[in-house]
Amino acid sequence: MKVTEKDVVHVADLANLELSSEERSGMVRNLNSILEYIDRLNELDTSNVEPMAQVSTRYDSGEREQGSSRIAHATREDILEGLRKSLPQDTALENAPDSDGTFFRVPKVIER
Amino acid sequence: MELHQLTIDTARSAVQSRQVTALALAESHYARIAKEDARIGAYLTLCKERALEQADRMDRMAAEGKTLPPLGGVPVAVKDVMSTRGVRTTAASKILQHYIPPYDCTAVARMEAAGAVILGKTNCDEFAMGSSNENSGFHPVHNPRDLTRVPGGSSGGSAAAVAADMAVMALGSDTGGSIRQPASFCGVVGLMPTYGRVSRYGLIAFASSLDHIGPLTKTVKDAAIVLGTIAGRDPMDSTSADLPVPDYQAALEQPVRGMKVGVAKEYFGEGLDDEVRQSVESAIDKLRSLGCEITPVSLPHTSYAIPTYYIIATAEASANLARYDGVRYTSRASGVKSLSEMYRRTRDEGFGAEVKRRIMLGTYALSAGYYEAYYLKAQKVRTLLTRDFEEAFRKVDAIVTPTSPTAAFRLGDKSNDPLAMYLADIYTVTADLVGIPGISIPCGETKTKLPIGLQILGKHFDESTMLRLAHAYEQAA
Repeated sequence: MKVTEKDVVHVADLANLELSSEERSGMVRNLNSILEYIDRLNELDTSNVEPMAQVSTRYDSGEREQGSSRIAHATREDILEGLRKSLPQDTALENAPDSDGTFFRVPKVIER
Repeated sequence: MELHQLTIDTARSAVQSRQVTALALAESHYARIAKEDARIGAYLTLCKERALEQADRMDRMAAEGKTLPPLGGVPVAVKDVMSTRGVRTTAASKILQHYIPPYDCTAVARMEAAGAVILGKTNCDEFAMGSSNENSGFHPVHNPRDLTRVPGGSSGGSAAAVAADMAVMALGSDTGGSIRQPASFCGVVGLMPTYGRVSRYGLIAFASSLDHIGPLTKTVKDAAIVLGTIAGRDPMDSTSADLPVPDYQAALEQPVRGMKVGVAKEYFGEGLDDEVRQSVESAIDKLRSLGCEITPVSLPHTSYAIPTYYIIATAEASANLARYDGVRYTSRASGVKSLSEMYRRTRDEGFGAEVKRRIMLGTYALSAGYYEAYYLKAQKVRTLLTRDFEEAFRKVDAIVTPTSPTAAFRLGDKSNDPLAMYLADIYTVTADLVGIPGISIPCGETKTKLPIGLQILGKHFDESTMLRLAHAYEQAA
């Protein structure tokens, strides 16, 4: 068993999930079975392999470039309304569960 | 005109020639949906007002003798992971059940600009996470060919809508096989373009380095028409490629004689159903008889694709889904006293079991002490998988495989075993990781009349060759 109930509680905390006690024990079982399958990646020697974070758009950029170094970085001028007009405030707030008409409203953040 | 005979061209030219109005075409599809969809479950939301307005616009154009755009008056469906301005968009998740986007997905906007009439939004696995559509937060979809079976997933509603003539075509999304596998299960065509070919702007993000938008259609030609409509650079998606979009329809007419077609033994191993194997092998024979040169290729890291995928996809998902926290997207748990309680309870109540499982797996893989062992390792294996294809494509123009190891399975068969469900994508995930295009086309049926799919994989940005081969097979079969 790689993942214990304690790990599940810790990871759920990182992920902003609470999980019921049944969900937790199911999660321990599921994560262990999936991670056991994933462990087969350790059969491969990847010590000299570059990681790949993104599919490149520069496929003609030369054979020697591998993995993440093939990423074409997209840049643009940082100008106001450079791509499109921002959403008006009232439109941006339309889906808010709670707002005061100007801001998103949330429960108290700082407790004393 | 019978609905099942409608393709993009026949529908558009019927509207153009005033043989039928776009309004009547939309209405007859809504009548079909009213009659059939209670037992299939393909749609989550219908947007009749928007559809009829667009249909009326097309009818007025036709009446004025103007040439309709490529999808003028064609009734289509859109997977509910693509944002539609003013039309509820849920990603089949309870957490977004009341969400109404303030803008349109680029692919949706391009479809409408090309004259398409959007009938409604189709069901899918929650946040596109699943291979059977059983993970929908609302209700499962049933395969129109056999209602006891799944339509595949995650674009199961899109595939079922096209298969049951409740739309002429539908847009889907593919992160690990979610267009191609349901297309194969429902007996329709499903195309995933090269990563970067179609803008992801407005697509509700699951795994950003793997997500693709593409069409599910009745014919290869229809897939070519739709791809030509939605492809091309969009400044709103910095990963969309700034490359010219070829004339995909013209490519269909090019000969396939002499084309080098790769077959990889790694896609015909253990777990492949006998009937699927036989159908795919006959399809390969057919390609040979059309003058293709069938060449063995090796993709040695294939068996590592599923573990690689389930690290990378879940890691990206855990980050992408952090935004559903009760602040901006309509849902918030009631009676919460603190900010952290609001986050937790909103997410606990709003997400289904599979989504929570993937958030947990992804968070674990990215957490301190495990990042290198899992996430970085998977990124390195992703490079190895990419090299496999670069090597193979030095020798061949396209590669053919089964789309899925089996035909459609029964509802409930795999829903309690996440790992067994993940393996349903064994032949499709690699193309997502590598970024190459893939298409699934029907290539026969099992003895019990369930559709079987043939997958064709192409080189990066070479959808033309893949479509040409798919079209030649479809015409010959």
